[in-house]
Amino acid sequence: MELLAFGKTGWGDELFYATLMTIAVSITAMLVGFFFALIFTPLKLSKYKTLNLVGNFYTTVIRGVPELLVIYLFFFGGSGAIMYVASIFGYYEYIEINAFITGSMAIGIISGAYSTEVFRGAIQSIDKGQFEAAKVLGINKFGQFYKIILPQMLRLAIPNLSNVWQITLKDTSLISVTGLVEIMRQSYIAAGSTRDPLFFYSFAAVLYLLLTYVSMKLINKLEVKYSRGY
Amino acid sequence: MDLDLMITSFPKLLGATIVTLKLLSASLFFGLFLGLFFAILRLNKNIFISKFAYGYSYIFRGTPLLVQIFIIYFGLGQIEYLRTTFLWVILKEPYWCAIIAFTLNTGAYTSEILRSAFQTIKPGIIEAGKSLGISNKIIFYKIQIPIAIRQSLPAYGNEIILMMKGTSLASTVTLMDLTGVAKYIISTTFKPIEVFIVAGGIYLFMTFIIHNVIKYLEKKYSFQQ
Repeated sequence: MELLAFGKTGWGDELFYATLMTIAVSITAMLVGFFFALIFTPLKLSKYKTLNLVGNFYTTVIRGVPELLVIYLFFFGGSGAIMYVASIFGYYEYIEINAFITGSMAIGIISGAYSTEVFRGAIQSIDKGQFEAAKVLGINKFGQFYKIILPQMLRLAIPNLSNVWQITLKDTSLISVTGLVEIMRQSYIAAGSTRDPLFFYSFAAVLYLLLTYVSMKLINKLEVKYSRGY
Repeated sequence: MDLDLMITSFPKLLGATIVTLKLLSASLFFGLFLGLFFAILRLNKNIFISKFAYGYSYIFRGTPLLVQIFIIYFGLGQIEYLRTTFLWVILKEPYWCAIIAFTLNTGAYTSEILRSAFQTIKPGIIEAGKSLGISNKIIFYKIQIPIAIRQSLPAYGNEIILMMKGTSLASTVTLMDLTGVAKYIISTTFKPIEVFIVAGGIYLFMTFIIHNVIKYLEKKYSFQQ
């Protein structure tokens, strides 16, 4: 337990902050994912074949390629892409992007592909009559979506979104390869300097289990809230 | 876009694909048996045995695969006793450590898939077998297992694809699999996009093949024949 003491003698506070970092990256990535899902779900459900193709390309490529490869693409390619854009505007200095932003973007794009599939499935399983009834009542498109489709869709999507959350949370361990100090990276540093990898990696496993357990409990509450009346 | 690099790196990446496929097939093979074993334990009437199987799948599904690999590769070597046994011959090799971690991980997911497949078998089918005087053992091997395998095909197909993507983590323990070689080429040439297209293309091709094989099997063994 001495190894986990807070302060200068142990790794307790470092691991605590690392856990907060993991949570922060997961939430940011999830939100980035929702943003992508918001763009690509309508594309996948669109009437136009070309738009369908774009949507399908995104979800197929991201779900068929390992997460680690996507992270390497962002890690090595991210600053290059930004520098290229900057060079157009006449800025030629080296630009390094923050590891947090690179990591959250990479995990967010992966998480977005899964969220897109969840939303598509949820919208498709809503009864057609709901759309028609809303139209007949003269509700505008905005109201149709926010007041009628969205609440019903959320009820169907939440159980699957909880899976996406779990995947996202576990995927954040992979951005440790970019040097962002989250649970995995901190355990790696601690294991290296104390020569006690078994203890620190096992402790990291416990932290992840704790995070998944607590988030499951919270999501179950949401599920109950959104399934009122069923 | 550097086409030359894409062409020259293609054979190197293709060679590394063999390592990926070896890791994948070995862990799926052992994982299937482990999964079946734990699925049967899960359905045991003894509450301690079923809780034990549940605990196994909960821990391995609730933690990242990267942690599992690191515990096995870096962690287990720390135990002095293990270094003296014959197990050390296996555990000092990153290749076997990766396979052990992947097997344990896919075993946990497979046990959940098979468990739910066993539970969805209609009791009428088992009762029909019993009333025909077939012994419990034969009911299990000849009736329950074939039905469960058919039921779990779609979910197991997804698991194979997830595992294929999971093998990319072998590159974190010094193995030169497809992702490992891709990372090496990226870090020496600083051309991430070109390498990503080639390596990603190979992964997508494998996904495509697995997806279609599973689809074919589903059709072949569908109930409506």
